Amino acid sequence: MSVATKPARGRWTPADVLNREALSRNAVPVMFVCLCTAGVLCSGRSMAFLTQEAVIRLARNSFLVLSLIIPVTAGLGLNFVIVLGAMAGQAGLFAVTHYKIPGMPGFLAAILIALPLSVGLGLLAAYVLNRARGREMIAGMILGYFMNGIYQFVFLFMFGTVFPVRNPDLVLPQGMGLRNTVELKYMKYALDNLLTLNLGGIAIPLATLAASAAACVAIRALYRTKLGQDLRAVGQSMHIAEVSGIDVDRTRTTAIVLSTVLAAIGQIIFLQNIGTVNTYNSHEQVGTFAIAALLVGGATVVKATVGQAILGTILFHILFIVSPHAGQRLMGNPQVGEYFRVFVAYGIIGVALFLHALERARRR
Amino acid sequence: MLGEATAFFKNLGAARAIIVLFLLFLLVVAYVQGLPVTTLISNSLTRTGMNGILVLAMVPSIQAGLGLNFGLPVGIICGLMGLVLAMEWELGGFTALSVSLAIGCVLALGAGYLYGYMLNHVKGQEMMVGTYAGFSVVAGMCMFWVMAPLHNPKLIWVVGGSGLRVTTALNEAFSRVLDRFIMVKVMGVEVSVSLLGFFALACAAVALFGRTPRGVAMRVAGDNPAFATACGINVDAARMMGAILSTVLGAVGIVVYAQSFGFVQLYLAPLMMAFPAVAAVLIGGANTRRATVVHAVIGALLFQTLLTIALPVTQTVIQGDMSEVARMVISNGMILYALTRGRGES
Repeated sequence: MSVATKPARGRWTPADVLNREALSRNAVPVMFVCLCTAGVLCSGRSMAFLTQEAVIRLARNSFLVLSLIIPVTAGLGLNFVIVLGAMAGQAGLFAVTHYKIPGMPGFLAAILIALPLSVGLGLLAAYVLNRARGREMIAGMILGYFMNGIYQFVFLFMFGTVFPVRNPDLVLPQGMGLRNTVELKYMKYALDNLLTLNLGGIAIPLATLAASAAACVAIRALYRTKLGQDLRAVGQSMHIAEVSGIDVDRTRTTAIVLSTVLAAIGQIIFLQNIGTVNTYNSHEQVGTFAIAALLVGGATVVKATVGQAILGTILFHILFIVSPHAGQRLMGNPQVGEYFRVFVAYGIIGVALFLHALERARRR
Repeated sequence: MLGEATAFFKNLGAARAIIVLFLLFLLVVAYVQGLPVTTLISNSLTRTGMNGILVLAMVPSIQAGLGLNFGLPVGIICGLMGLVLAMEWELGGFTALSVSLAIGCVLALGAGYLYGYMLNHVKGQEMMVGTYAGFSVVAGMCMFWVMAPLHNPKLIWVVGGSGLRVTTALNEAFSRVLDRFIMVKVMGVEVSVSLLGFFALACAAVALFGRTPRGVAMRVAGDNPAFATACGINVDAARMMGAILSTVLGAVGIVVYAQSFGFVQLYLAPLMMAFPAVAAVLIGGANTRRATVVHAVIGALLFQTLLTIALPVTQTVIQGDMSEVARMVISNGMILYALTRGRGES
């Protein structure tokens, strides 16, 4: 968030705060604050309901959104590859469900299993993206679709055949393939229920929020290290970074791997709150919605901060909660609202990409 | 004989040679397993004609230097609009087909102009911006389909009385009208001459356009913008031409697809429709900078035949439906391969 420069008279007036530069720099969050306010007013839902929903969604989604920040800094743009991390996270969840590890140990075990998988997938993604310099985003998106095919092949055809799993909680009745929905019976709410604060009737999952806070602190700390400086240098100009002796490919690889690992943890946090894994769909929209949330907070393709991630998550999800209700009240049709939020998700990404490309083309 | 065969495969390129050999292998397996090979072949040809024009739509986009047109849904939506209106007015037969095509093309001219105008401002990032332009248009149109002021009971939900259905069957007279027009049976293989003929006409039109002065200008502008500028070619206008042509072909493509399929799919159905078309033209031998009509034809034929034949054949060997997974891996693998080779900036 940037604030207008201090006026000469030494006193702040509303006009200074709302000057054009500051407004245009924060146009997206300002617009969404207005949109959300209108949505909240139109939805006709109580403040208590909306606050509770917003808190739940902030807790479960913010970690995934935070996982996007490092690649933006490293100049890789919006990292559609986090879908791969989400797949790794889900694999970890399937494993702990199979071994019936309950509660917090189950949560930690899932992360432990997802960790090597996400590092491997991150390395693969980095290899692909380093070969597709200048079009990382489209390549990352297609890589997500491609790996989705591999993921389905593994869990639909190799499960029960190559991997001899006979657990009826997981495997389809015919003995091959994972069920379409896997209930996380043993570790649902593992993290949420660790420490919950009840504030005026609103349950706040403190432990889950603390995990996101820890990620925020870690990312900020990272930027103060040598690696963080390298990431920034590579993001500013690969050429200059190369000349000043930074191993560009290696730095980019680190950024992608870190992002993928964070996304795996983020997906585990997300799903322990949801409670069921839609085996073949849960990961598909992860990239789109997390990226949209980040952009709503005012981030761009080349600049993203933890503050923008958190603000964006809150705004995007308030819009998500209220739009079907608002659609119902305004148009008499909740579907309009549901499609509206899908439109917002794609539209905001489209606009951000357009503005970024416009800027880049103009600079040439 | 052997020399001729080697020359043929050399012309075809390694990837295509492998796919052709794999298809032949699949056909042999199908024959051994006792599957009706003639039906498989006629289905493959029908699906080639059905999807061909959508694949062809990639050609002007690549030639004009816009890269793979992931924004194809922009054109598809225009075609869907034509189809929906033809159904609202209870048209049938060739009237319905021509009205859908006419409305689709007119809308696509406008939409293609806007799309091209946008792409001219984002040189170097056309593919990513195009992808999300397509996604946004599809998602935005979902709200329109819900609230569309149309009243034909065949189109709208029975319950509630408003909002278009997700999938609507075309009426008896409209469904497969182009497919049924001229059917020929050769050695047990049923072929719709009219459907394939229409595809051939579209291909010929694109190929002929490439030989007109405007077409040449478009290709030069796509190939080497700096050189084109030096030759006095208006690069932006040429790129615009490519975008409009591609969008119009997208509209025509979906109308042909829908009449052959017998159903119109609205809402989020067009969201991913660009990807198989992109994959097909790449399988045909195109890359992000070079594409010809021949690539589109070979690509559509190979890709669709692969999808048609692979499913029943693999089903006899492995249980379960592998086709969806195979389609995802093959098509996206192909696109990924194209994106990771060649020049960094596209």
